[in-house]
Amino acid sequence: MSCCENNIQIKETVRSICAEFNNDPNELIAILHKAQNHFGFLPKEVQNAVADAVKVPASKVYGVVTFYSYFTMVPKGKHPISVCMGTACYVKGAEKVLKELEKELNIKNGQTTSDGRFSMNTLRCIGACGLAPVVMIGDKVYGNVKPEEVKNIIKEYVPNV
Amino acid sequence: MDTKQLKIALRNCGITDPENIEDYISGDGYAALGKCLSENDRKQVIEEIKRSGLRGRGGGGFPTGKKWEFAAAGSDKKYVICNADEGDPGAFMDRSVLEGDPHSVLEAMAICGYAIGSDEGYIYIRAEYPLAIKRLRIAIAQAEEAGLLGENILGSGFSFKIGLKYGAGAFVCGEETALIRSMEGKRGEPVMKPPFPAEKGYMGKPTNVNNVETFANIPAIINKGADWFASIGTEGSKGTKVFALAGKVNNVGLVEVPMGTTLRELIYDIGGGILNGRKFKAVQSGGPSGGCLTEKHLDTPIDYESLKAAGSMMGSGGMIVMDEDDCMVAVAQFYLDFTVEESCGKCVPCREGNKVLYQILNKITHGKGEITDLDKLKNFSEVIKSTSLCGLGQTAPNPVLSTISNFYEEYYDHVVNGKCAAKQCRALIEYRIIGDNCIGCGACKKACPSEAISGEIKQTHLIDQEKCIKCGACIKKCRFNAIVIE
Repeated sequence: MSCCENNIQIKETVRSICAEFNNDPNELIAILHKAQNHFGFLPKEVQNAVADAVKVPASKVYGVVTFYSYFTMVPKGKHPISVCMGTACYVKGAEKVLKELEKELNIKNGQTTSDGRFSMNTLRCIGACGLAPVVMIGDKVYGNVKPEEVKNIIKEYVPNV
Repeated sequence: MDTKQLKIALRNCGITDPENIEDYISGDGYAALGKCLSENDRKQVIEEIKRSGLRGRGGGGFPTGKKWEFAAAGSDKKYVICNADEGDPGAFMDRSVLEGDPHSVLEAMAICGYAIGSDEGYIYIRAEYPLAIKRLRIAIAQAEEAGLLGENILGSGFSFKIGLKYGAGAFVCGEETALIRSMEGKRGEPVMKPPFPAEKGYMGKPTNVNNVETFANIPAIINKGADWFASIGTEGSKGTKVFALAGKVNNVGLVEVPMGTTLRELIYDIGGGILNGRKFKAVQSGGPSGGCLTEKHLDTPIDYESLKAAGSMMGSGGMIVMDEDDCMVAVAQFYLDFTVEESCGKCVPCREGNKVLYQILNKITHGKGEITDLDKLKNFSEVIKSTSLCGLGQTAPNPVLSTISNFYEEYYDHVVNGKCAAKQCRALIEYRIIGDNCIGCGACKKACPSEAISGEIKQTHLIDQEKCIKCGACIKKCRFNAIVIE
């Protein structure tokens, strides 16, 4: 994640991403996907740069970013944790797993730990209902998670503890 | 166990290699497209689909052939769109088709393009499905390479190309007008119909939108004939339906059954009954737009009309089984939580009305409900249903209405007796120590984070209900089954 790039570099990067899509405003969502892949999140500076490049008001870009849950304006942690809140996971106790994670990491759903190691959010069904309840950390999927297992799962990502 | 299943949409999943077009072709792949291009004119293709009785598998159940016929009128530039924005929580039918058999969707889209007179198609797919995206990309490249997509397909003079467009996590984009706006790089807010997408859709041009599973049926219908397809299923619902069976059932996963199969056959014969030998309580179909059906509905045949008459709907295929430990008020609240978050905010009944429904349900599950709330829930629900702009709002109160009508006693118990029979609503339960079983080991006392448990060693302990935060820590520590939830 290139969070330290300064504004000029950000503009340069965004300009080249937008150019790949011919600066077409109809491709705004594809552009934002690519930008978020590169920067890790979509802060104000990136949104402004996109707005400049595709020639739409910044408010429109902001409107799209905030409309879709896949886009985020806050940086995610090194290990993003996603708790599935689909119906199958819900009836199998996902809420208890979420509470346990919140307790263990001392952050609320949607926040990032102060050391930037973990961030947490809920999502609606990753289509692994057979493994419910499901937690994802990065790309790794944990199935049939029990609240009492949360502590050990977190430990895998914390060195020397 | 598999005798009740019949695979049409999933016919190739797990059998052909999704990353190898030759594997697909060797099993009759692209034969349907070839047949259409060489033997049938456009009208005949539409006629064949109409005769098959195929209806939209995304949930709405609109006759597919008719939809194609509408889009076929006129000679303007047209688009074919595959709706792969599978957002229902607890549903993964489309993902399986795209990952397991991407070519059948491409082939069907090309057939549709030929039938309605379009040369360009898009698949609108969730960004959350990276494997499906990868396989579609490979499949498109292979089909172009083989001359089955692109210019002058099979020397017929018909040209058709397919591109991918990515969703970004908005449930409402499953609604076709919202989906089209999202494809145009806008916020996915639905617009009034008419004009229907068939008249004015993507980029203002006539557009035909079908769901993944609907498309997956098309090549089989062309190859085996409309009569064959129409011979499967019930009077008004032909063919099969794929369900994602999940929740408290022994065998979870995808199943494809002929229309008319009963819920009982699905849950008990194929699903293997309820997990841990518990008692069946409800089955939820149709996702956040559907309803909860009960024991008395188990012999309902699965088709569009019967499920609707019973108070639920076909939906896209999520099928969640619940047992006696699930509180139906909390389940309704869970769905409303989803709807409130996913409402696009454009129209007032959906944006504000569902919030009110959620608040009332929240009040009830927190033990502050009153009997008048039940009427309020019903009234609000009716207003939201009849005045919302799109399908999301028009169906959002269904989980509330179906649970109130099928589980009225449970709601009544919450608001009048202050009891939650499923013991899920924390405000309505109490942890108690059974004196006869407690040996006074003190394990629970140590575990209690709010110092609510008192008692000397080797004496019966006691929980102070005022201090108890109902976290359940004590019950986990007790090895003598001395703590119960009431």
